[in-house]
Amino acid sequence: MNGLGLYVPGCSPIHRLPAGVKLLVLVLVGVSSLFIRGPVAITVAVAIALALYLVAGLGLRLALRQVWPLKWILLFIAAFQWWARGWSSAVDVVGVIVLLVLLAALVTLTTRTSALVDTLITVCRPLRLVGVQPERIGLALALGIRAVPIVAGFSAQIRDAQRARGLTSSPRAFAAPLIVKSLRHADALGEGLAARGLD
Amino acid sequence: MPLITVDSVSHSYGPGGGQVLADVSVTLSEHRIGIVGGNGSGKSTFARLLNGLVVPSSGRVTVDGLSTATQGREVRRRVGFCFTDPDAQIVMPTVREDVAFSLRSSDLPKADRALRVEEALERFGLAGLGDHPSHLLSGGQKQLLALAAVLISDPDLLVMDEPTTLLDLRNSRMIGEVIASLEHQVVLVTHHLDMLAGFDRVLVFDEGRLVCDDRPDAAIGRYLELLT
Repeated sequence: MNGLGLYVPGCSPIHRLPAGVKLLVLVLVGVSSLFIRGPVAITVAVAIALALYLVAGLGLRLALRQVWPLKWILLFIAAFQWWARGWSSAVDVVGVIVLLVLLAALVTLTTRTSALVDTLITVCRPLRLVGVQPERIGLALALGIRAVPIVAGFSAQIRDAQRARGLTSSPRAFAAPLIVKSLRHADALGEGLAARGLD
Repeated sequence: MPLITVDSVSHSYGPGGGQVLADVSVTLSEHRIGIVGGNGSGKSTFARLLNGLVVPSSGRVTVDGLSTATQGREVRRRVGFCFTDPDAQIVMPTVREDVAFSLRSSDLPKADRALRVEEALERFGLAGLGDHPSHLLSGGQKQLLALAAVLISDPDLLVMDEPTTLLDLRNSRMIGEVIASLEHQVVLVTHHLDMLAGFDRVLVFDEGRLVCDDRPDAAIGRYLELLT
């Protein structure tokens, strides 16, 4: 039901892992992805990621939906890498991107936003020393995740409005109202946050 | 009931903007207070005065003696606010997390907090939707979520700015029933005049002025006269 990587409730072992552990693994895989090379290694790594989706009870369709929106970008990158550095580099780069997107989405699909926020606040605690409020960083993360479906909703509304008026969609006629709507929403949300005691 | 005093308040947004409120003075202490008026009459601005979201250009607003200009934070702790568009105040991506967000700075132990969150979900008909993504709720459910999240922090006064304007009749009625069942003092801005039946007092705004302050039937009569 969601291609946005939003939390799907469950009680699999992956759901129950602490958010900090999942984020740490994600970072470690990200760093070590520099060393995942060759079709065999890539295939094994992606297969493990897909197996983790099954362990989490999410199914392969949902896994595919996390990567599908990237298809054109991935195609472009693959073509460019093939042209510039050969097919094996194309497989490596695209494979690693797919792997990391799958794993990152797996983290957000199996972890409540509040758990991610709490972890981020804990990790950012030392930044207090340089005057940063970790709670603010956590709030920004939560608002960012919450903004994804809202802005997606705006873009659907604008498309409908354009179609209703019989306009063909030019990028500018789409972007301008989307930005204006998003900024207005930001204002309203600012009031909402103040009213809920954040100021 | 908290005592709200609005003392010769005028307000304009920025130097270029016209006056949205002109010399309004009123003292409110009733249990149910309604506010009606046309678009641009200043009623939304008036509602925002009561929790210090808007600090007036001139004049003074106090809630139980606390000034909204200098003690805004304390005022907002006592005054809960519901917006027309609940998306403006839903902060977290799932229902339970959003209600719990209101308690983040309370000193209750974790288990007690969780219990209060479940009670609030139950009370506002959101039980079973705890893990539901907030953006997939219906309009009525979103407004219920906003209400649950506001009332869980136990404000003394609830200000609502057209909470049913975006809702269909069924959802409006449901929100109306929920409001009627609250023990809290309520200030309700609305275009749905039938929601004001049984209210103690209704204020009518027109072009930034408080033009009528009476019992509901008399005030609504005056409001309807203004339209002709």
